[in-house]
Amino acid sequence: MRWPGWPPTSRRRWPTRSKGVAETKGQGATAPAPPPEMTALRGAGDGFALRLISPVMRLVEIPMIALQRLLGINRLAWVFLAPNLLLFGLFAFLPVILNVAYATTGGANVMLADRPQIGMGNFERLLDCANHLDPNTCREDKFWRAVWNTLWFVTLQVGIMVGFSLLTAIVLNGKIRARGFFRSVFFFPVLLSPVVVALIWKWMLQRNGVLNAFLDWAGIGGYNWLVDAQWAFAWSVFLSVWAHMGFYTLILLAGLQAIPRDVYEAATMDRASPWRAFRRITLPLLAPTMLVVLVLALIKGVQTFDEVYAFTGGGPGTATTFIIQYIYEEGFAGSPRLFGLSAAASLLVAFVLVVLTLVQLWVNRKSVDG
Amino acid sequence: MVAIELRDVRKAYGQAEVIKGIDLSIAHGEFCVFVGPSGCGKSTLLRMISGLEDISGGEIAIGGEVVNRIPAADRGLAMVFQSYALYPHMTVRQNLSFGLENINTPKPEIARKVDEVARMLQIEQLLDRRPKDLSGGQRQRVAIGRAVVREPRVFLFDEPLSNLDAELRVDMRGEIAALHRRLENTMIYVTHDQVEAMTMADKIAVLRLGKLEQFGRPLDLYNTPANLFVAGFIGSPKMNFIAGQVDTNDRTLMRLDTGETLRLPVTGFAQRAGEKVTLGIRPNHLCASDDGPVTVHVRSVEQLGGESYVYGQTATGSAITVHSPGQTRIGLGDTIRVGAPEEEIHLFDSDTGLTLREA
Amino acid sequence: MGRTWEFLTATRGGARLHWTDWASYGYLFLGVFLMFFPVVWLVLSSFKTEADLQRYPPTFLPYQQQTITLDGHADPLPLFRITGGEHEGMILAQLRRVGLQAQMIDPANPEERLQVSIRDYERLERFSLATENYSDLFGRFNFLLYFWNSTFITVMATLIMLLTNSMAAFALSKYRFRGRTVVLLLVIGTLMIPQTVVLVPLFLIVSELGMFNSLWGVIIPGAATPTGVFLLRQYMLTIPDEILDAARMDKASEWKIYWRIILPLSAPAIAVLAILAIMWRWNDFLWPLIVLTQSENFTLQLALNSFQGELQTQWSSLLAMTVLTLLPIAMVFMFLQKYIATGIASTGGK
Repeated sequence: MRWPGWPPTSRRRWPTRSKGVAETKGQGATAPAPPPEMTALRGAGDGFALRLISPVMRLVEIPMIALQRLLGINRLAWVFLAPNLLLFGLFAFLPVILNVAYATTGGANVMLADRPQIGMGNFERLLDCANHLDPNTCREDKFWRAVWNTLWFVTLQVGIMVGFSLLTAIVLNGKIRARGFFRSVFFFPVLLSPVVVALIWKWMLQRNGVLNAFLDWAGIGGYNWLVDAQWAFAWSVFLSVWAHMGFYTLILLAGLQAIPRDVYEAATMDRASPWRAFRRITLPLLAPTMLVVLVLALIKGVQTFDEVYAFTGGGPGTATTFIIQYIYEEGFAGSPRLFGLSAAASLLVAFVLVVLTLVQLWVNRKSVDG
Repeated sequence: MVAIELRDVRKAYGQAEVIKGIDLSIAHGEFCVFVGPSGCGKSTLLRMISGLEDISGGEIAIGGEVVNRIPAADRGLAMVFQSYALYPHMTVRQNLSFGLENINTPKPEIARKVDEVARMLQIEQLLDRRPKDLSGGQRQRVAIGRAVVREPRVFLFDEPLSNLDAELRVDMRGEIAALHRRLENTMIYVTHDQVEAMTMADKIAVLRLGKLEQFGRPLDLYNTPANLFVAGFIGSPKMNFIAGQVDTNDRTLMRLDTGETLRLPVTGFAQRAGEKVTLGIRPNHLCASDDGPVTVHVRSVEQLGGESYVYGQTATGSAITVHSPGQTRIGLGDTIRVGAPEEEIHLFDSDTGLTLREA
Repeated sequence: MGRTWEFLTATRGGARLHWTDWASYGYLFLGVFLMFFPVVWLVLSSFKTEADLQRYPPTFLPYQQQTITLDGHADPLPLFRITGGEHEGMILAQLRRVGLQAQMIDPANPEERLQVSIRDYERLERFSLATENYSDLFGRFNFLLYFWNSTFITVMATLIMLLTNSMAAFALSKYRFRGRTVVLLLVIGTLMIPQTVVLVPLFLIVSELGMFNSLWGVIIPGAATPTGVFLLRQYMLTIPDEILDAARMDKASEWKIYWRIILPLSAPAIAVLAILAIMWRWNDFLWPLIVLTQSENFTLQLALNSFQGELQTQWSSLLAMTVLTLLPIAMVFMFLQKYIATGIASTGGK
């Protein structure tokens, strides 16, 4: 996959010292040229930042030199890795193990020692349904509502979002004046915090909001959108698409721009119609990027929480309660705090995410190798 | 006085041995060139001497002290890299002083040394530039300057000229040689270009597949190559090789594969009757003459005015180059006969590749 | 889409606009409207008084009712223009409203009470920014505290992340050591574990470390993000090893190589990562929501969320606060959007 000018296109393999330098002839004499727009940034901050960190770094150097003498150069790598591995271990891997421990215990205590073992009890409780398609027949009906909501939400949101992103990317890839401006316009909402996004649209959509005023003026008549379950859900999808589509547009646009121009010129010489060129050249060549975008969007879609929670609070009723909100509410917002149930549900989500991530890595690798 | 000594030095990556036991002794103040085709291990060997690469076996001694366990920084060497490896984010001055700062040299002394080296290498006006604003030749000078400024015991050069264009390469060759005369330091220089080796070296080490093929003065290598490989590698254009066999009865009669025969005196050679041999003759020793023993079909002719090259093939397809001063009347498609003075003929054992020479 | 495509690949000189060009620009400008109008509307609304906000249908620009202070009346009285009836054309102040009748007085003649039908008057307003919405934030609400909390978390988490990630990326890109592949796989593994699925155990660990209800409880787990390791490693792989070798020959220690050679040379990638990290941490919501339960520890995002519950009727403060929360990111966006865009595209998001 080639992103726009970044990472630098020279994909170097691992530094294999066995290859004599003689064999890597014609290598650039200096470091890789960073994307041009980044060099400006470097020049500005460089000297200043260096001067700022120098005293600290000099201080750290003293023990580091001792360690270097003690360990040798290659084993020193572990020292460089240590802080990060500590963080990852403590806040990423240990939690995974503990999550299993929580999922197999019950009660409302945080301390694992105080929690009774209940084996697969939490999972059984979550999955206990007379009819899995009907949440009302389930013991944890809220969980199943959240599951179905999430499923619907992800399907709609990903479909609509990727569709519009593709359309926007294609339009932006054309001979457009001020492409940079339009690109950043679509990208702008990506930067906004979920809470801000939610509040902006809440303000737009409230009973006496500007949308209703417009509809009243147009004679269609306003509506109290957020108290209607289906409309609240629809607007949640809309808001999520609004907030995130710029990101995927960016990736797809990069994918489009990576298609060499001469391929199109060749197609023109072959008298291919524009539509045919699109079908037979653009779509196949864009397919790897599309796949990445789809999987990424799915991964993020499943984890949707912030903006919708701040937007509707999951309501009305449970109309916009998604799976992460369920996990949050069972574990942290409710009383008693059902950590076990929460952990069990999150393990189920984790399973889905791991599958999706593996697909993503596989896709990525394929598109890199291809 | 010995500056650097290698004793049975070996390097292996897992099962693959890339340096297969090299013994070498470089005297103080010598300009030694490691030469060989790519993949022969010459750069690896240099990096092992520098300490950037670990040693799997054997010993390396610098100034009489075994340095196997001493890290690169503490061996008192300086290295010029193929890509120059200048620090792109530092000015030339910072590039030159970085090493001195690392050994806590006082600031005024750093300034003095940098200025001195800059003057010597004529890069004074470049001191405030960054590497990306320099031309290839200028970068090369800075890279050399960075090595010089630290006053190392030994200089290591890793194909330093391979990124320069041909003309600049000739200039820099002269400058490095001049630098050597001036500093009188030991230098080890790695290249795949035998012309560089011949023109610069006091001693040449020819390497192939991790083994030392021959070590000696440039002209010794040229005149008395130890084997087929060295004979073919040193000298340009390449030595001509013609395969044949010693007559089973007459040791002085060579039966060439082309069906022709050639008489060689026994003196100087140690061939045995019936042995498969390869004759080697340098292009400039071959000359066309009607009574020459070998027939050559001319495939192309290069007339350079002052000299001319005739390229052809023997009946069995061995490539033959004839280099003669002045201009030639031989034309494309001609069939000529060539011969050489017998004292200019080299004889190699076809199986071992070793020079057949009387003990 | 085919038509769009025709437009894209068209070889016209661009002198004449094809209808597909119009469609494209139409689409784009609709996009501009959809993306920007809500934000513009938010900003404009944030300058409206509470009363103005209640008005339906709303006005585009913020207006304020003109008032007049008269002797004998403690509060300022709202002014109205009379559009019909016997007092047509006059500007009167309203004392009180009873049903469809308003009791009004003429400021020039404050003694006389006038009866006016409310159908016959309209508000006297002028364009005015209700800046008190903003100043109130600093007085009545602990805005500065939330702002400080958010800033502190963002800055610290970003610094820690940059330091640890760049060190790890250096080790993973420039050293050959036993177990490197395993570590790389582990880091990829962390990519698969978003915070959202380990909330419960993470909560336990953070509380055990005594960081519950502390800003550090947000900072430290937030710094354990693998994206930076990948981004930086990818970039560092392109730095030639010879430069490191040169530095080693120059007697630089490995730590010195890290901070004098690798860090400056990776500056572009580090800048991108820094911008991303700032954005992530500033906008973080779920994890702070769990860790920070006392309002004095709230970040801006949490404060906003909780106020939208409490201040249901008080949109004026809420909108002003939203604008202030959005402002830093908008500034960053304006100056650095190109880097953010490339950075986000290169990491493929988080």
